[in-house]
Amino acid sequence: MAEKEVSLIKGNEAIALAAIRCGCDGYFGYPITPQSEVLETLAAQKPWETTGMVVLQAESELASINMVYGGAGTGKRVMTSSSSPGISLMQEGMSYLAGAELPCVVFNCMRGGPGLGTIQPSQADYFQTCKGGGHGDYRLITLAPSSVQEMADFVDLAFELAFKYRNPAMILADGVIGQMMEKVVLPDFKPRRTEEQIIKECPWAATGRMGRKNPNVITSLELQSEVMEQNNLRIQEKYKKCEENEVRYEEYKCEDADYMIVAFGSAARIAKKTIALAREQGIKVGLLRPITLWPFPTKEIAKLAKNKKGILVLEFNAGQMIEDVRLAVECKLPVEHYGRLGGIVPDPDEVLDALKKMIK
Amino acid sequence: MGKILAYSGLMEGKEVTWMPAYGPEQRGGTANCTVIVADEEIASPVLSSYDVVIVLNQPSLEKFEPKVKKGGAIIYDSYGIMNPPTRKDIRVYKINAMDTAAQLGMTKVFNMIVLGGLLKVCPMVSIDSVLKGLRKTLPERHWKLIPMNEEAIRKGMEIIEEVK
Repeated sequence: MAEKEVSLIKGNEAIALAAIRCGCDGYFGYPITPQSEVLETLAAQKPWETTGMVVLQAESELASINMVYGGAGTGKRVMTSSSSPGISLMQEGMSYLAGAELPCVVFNCMRGGPGLGTIQPSQADYFQTCKGGGHGDYRLITLAPSSVQEMADFVDLAFELAFKYRNPAMILADGVIGQMMEKVVLPDFKPRRTEEQIIKECPWAATGRMGRKNPNVITSLELQSEVMEQNNLRIQEKYKKCEENEVRYEEYKCEDADYMIVAFGSAARIAKKTIALAREQGIKVGLLRPITLWPFPTKEIAKLAKNKKGILVLEFNAGQMIEDVRLAVECKLPVEHYGRLGGIVPDPDEVLDALKKMIK
Repeated sequence: MGKILAYSGLMEGKEVTWMPAYGPEQRGGTANCTVIVADEEIASPVLSSYDVVIVLNQPSLEKFEPKVKKGGAIIYDSYGIMNPPTRKDIRVYKINAMDTAAQLGMTKVFNMIVLGGLLKVCPMVSIDSVLKGLRKTLPERHWKLIPMNEEAIRKGMEIIEEVK
């Protein structure tokens, strides 16, 4: 087999190129730093001339997410992207998508908040993504890439999971991964699904009645509470299956470690450097990196924590994922947090200092 | 310049990361990028200290001089620097790239002159890889400019001087 071509591209560019390559039917978005390269790359690539993929700059984030709702209702692979303040505007739409059980992919390249905040990297949307964001009992299948390669790989994976569970999937990255350039091998081209394939694979979709007895109705509205409860139970059942089958994580040097860092996305990269520095000084520390933030690797963390003396949770926020880590280990060992706020990215040395402080 | 260096690393089959400061710095001040070229997988694209720092204005010098590793190097162009580096535990190099570029009437390759200086004091990639990288990233209609870039790199290697 010929060696695959290695490109040097930004994370945001990888998202756009991977979308074209994985048979995405439509992208609807509104520019915002630090992820504007997604829309820019798509516009430059003109996939409507090659694969037939639609690329549209909507008039707002609200319009984008509702265009996604419309496209998803027809069984198409559709996506949008934004950064924190824009993602906040989309929350109503995401709740509706989850309520109507529609698959789609949303990419959030997080920046510092709250409010309009800053444009620098942050991980402060963990709560918003994993604990709701919009109203109602729903979840977002959440993938957290920590390299440009994973940015490229997770677009197709997110679509696969979204369609498998008929639920929105979120790719949650931050300004570091979005803006940095790194080596990447782009995924192979996968053609867009034909109308016939969509009708076959998505019998729920609004694809035209085509001789069916009853029309497919896509809605999240149900005024009878008894029926609505059943709808909710069905969705919860689906989430249970997702929790059983879709947990993904990376374990790094945990085996002989006395301490463990839990970090996701670019924080996990910084943690790996800290681990190298710590091990040079004789401190045995490993890393558990959740790749799926929901479903969260609760059991895996509990298992790995058994012979550890303490856990440091590294996040670019004031302490959000730490709550899930504490629940996972049932507070049986010390769980400390280290983070920087408002767009500051901690460097490996300061994380090492935090680790030493915890050990002392 | 950072991007060209990253592409050159790619040409040699090395691991590379290029991380820009994409914030308000882009509009002036301490606009910077971090380039890592390594033989092994790169953990963190964000660093606490640097092997080599290139500074082209005073605010950048003040910000990054303390972050050079002991025994590392700092390269500055005196054009933008009023107060040169003062640390004694690092190597200090001066390159008059801006003046040289103006004298040669090729101000657009100022960055390549600085890159040449870097490659002289820290040969992390070969000139061949830089040129190969340029050929890879430039559209063919601009290839005629590559010899000029090569000349600038060699000029940079010639004019960089260590400040004792």
